[in-house]
Amino acid sequence: MKCVIAGGNVKVLGRAVHSLSRIGDELYLEPTESGLSFRAVNSSRSAFASFLFAPLFFQLYEPGSAGPDTELFRCKVHMKSFLGIFRSLPSLEKSVGKCLILLKPRASRLVLQLHCKYGVTKTHNLAFQECERLQAVFDTQCCASRLCAPARVLAEAIVHFPLTLAEVTLGTGPGGKISLRNYVEDEAEPSKTMLTELWLAEDEFQSVAVAPGSHITFCLKEFRGLLSFAEASNLPLTIHFDEPGRPVIFTLDDTVLEVHLVLATLSDAESSSQSPSTNSMSHLPAPSDDFADDLESYMAAMETSEGCSEGLPSPTFSLHVPRPAKSKPEKEEEEEEEGAVPGTPPHKKFRSLFFGSVMTPGRPGPATTQEVLAEDSDGES
Amino acid sequence: MPFSAQPPASGERYALSASLDNARHLSSLLRAVHFQDHATCLATASGLRVTVEDAKCIQANAFIQAEIFQEFSVQEESVMFRISLSVLLDCLTIFGSSSLPGTSTALRMCYRGYGYPLMLFLEEGGVVTVCKINTQEPEELLDFDFCSTKVVNKIILQSEGLREAFAELDMTSEVLQITMSPDKPYFRLSTFGNAGSAHLDYPRDSDLIETFHCNQTQTNRYKISLLKPSTKALALSCKVSIRTDAQGFLSLQYMIRNEDGQICFVEYYCCPDEDITEAEL
Repeated sequence: MKCVIAGGNVKVLGRAVHSLSRIGDELYLEPTESGLSFRAVNSSRSAFASFLFAPLFFQLYEPGSAGPDTELFRCKVHMKSFLGIFRSLPSLEKSVGKCLILLKPRASRLVLQLHCKYGVTKTHNLAFQECERLQAVFDTQCCASRLCAPARVLAEAIVHFPLTLAEVTLGTGPGGKISLRNYVEDEAEPSKTMLTELWLAEDEFQSVAVAPGSHITFCLKEFRGLLSFAEASNLPLTIHFDEPGRPVIFTLDDTVLEVHLVLATLSDAESSSQSPSTNSMSHLPAPSDDFADDLESYMAAMETSEGCSEGLPSPTFSLHVPRPAKSKPEKEEEEEEEGAVPGTPPHKKFRSLFFGSVMTPGRPGPATTQEVLAEDSDGES
Repeated sequence: MPFSAQPPASGERYALSASLDNARHLSSLLRAVHFQDHATCLATASGLRVTVEDAKCIQANAFIQAEIFQEFSVQEESVMFRISLSVLLDCLTIFGSSSLPGTSTALRMCYRGYGYPLMLFLEEGGVVTVCKINTQEPEELLDFDFCSTKVVNKIILQSEGLREAFAELDMTSEVLQITMSPDKPYFRLSTFGNAGSAHLDYPRDSDLIETFHCNQTQTNRYKISLLKPSTKALALSCKVSIRTDAQGFLSLQYMIRNEDGQICFVEYYCCPDEDITEAEL
């Protein structure tokens, strides 16, 4: 794979990397015919982000050729290493004219070369690991509610919440107003907690198509990363959401760039008692710390729920390399099994997102096989 | 010894006495070589030289020539003593280290001779501080025997081009590898850290390069932890000269312009690192 990014797009790339660094510790690179995709997932698999740069974003884009038996080469690198190259956005803007990215599978090196002013060239040779496809399962068509607002509006709203705030609840209220309030755990002492709530009028949004009385609670940390990217790029942000427990999807759309951020949301059983809504998930069993239990109960609930359309992935969808419970750890997932995982502290109450099987070519579709839930496609070991 | 708040008249019974209207002319240069607690001061008729060394591998010198001072007098041929550089800097910046335009600390420095402390009289806005810093026996300094006739490769470039590079050096790399060559890559700085290797290439015709005299291709490695402190000198300077001799000894000379436009120099000498095995290029 070989591509060249020129001019102002170098800074856009840098910003995307900064945004992804708020999600996970590894940056997944996947060249496709429709562009180069940068992805990240957090350690608890409750947040997934993908930046797809279309071929037109690049001055030169050669994804490489896929043979009849081989797919286009994918890899992942340490986020810190990649971020280090784009660390200073002002200096990127000031001195970098061109960025070349070259994937050399045989040399086991990902080469990033920055052509700077005064003829100076910075070449970074990063070690990478081959990896499976990282794809969270989601479908924006499946979401009952959709909001679209300029990033600035949301940024100005979020600024009222302290930086330490973990979760925020987005809700729809009377008169088409949209509310944002900090999520307070039930165990918190009412006299010691500060509640912040703000309401946005419908006309602040570019479009509002929401199910009345709906609300979702999600983590703010990962969202902030996307928000600063959206603000800097001056793109409107679309929020697709459904019932509590189902992931919320934030999207940014541009002619040369497609961004998705998928966050798990608190399911209704755990959310604040003020929430009125009932949904097919409300009789989910209480969450336990053991991921495997959560997963099975979630899947059981999925099977009994009505689902929303054929767009919904079948509950028997193979899971891509889940947390250890029963299955053997894959080689590339080793780092995720370490005890103390840096990054977003796993929130026990958030369901992990479904991740697509490697078998799936692209968008989620019904799984072909039912029996394997936890093994990777590399085969039994 | 009777302690008087009045500074003595210049030259009277003092091995070294000097006056400086703006102590920052001295403190900023000393900071550029402050990577060890102690320094050796050598005062001659030409001025003051402050030397800091580490690990018997690296030596930094700050030169403040006599012309920078309003008064500078050395009674003997030379006066030498060892002193705590940390304490000296703390005293010189006792009125604070922020550089507000229009305010400056005036300095008077006196040294009676061997065994006596260094006396500093600092004044700002009518407030006077007197400092007495003990001196020690000077230790023998390294002699890198680096003279211009032995230089193999020499590059002079604008500091602006190196500042960012040095500030962002991959410190997980044990070494900084410097390649200087009449052929490509001409001038290359390389690190080999946990993330992988990184190379910074400067073409010989770059606008940043003022002088390019490379006769031989040389690649030398230096312990990055020893060179990193030179970033301070680089940050202050407008120009830097990089020279190597046949054994790979490195000389970095920084031209620093002070607030009044006067030129001072700081230099770093470093031995090449022999222990490191052949690194990937």
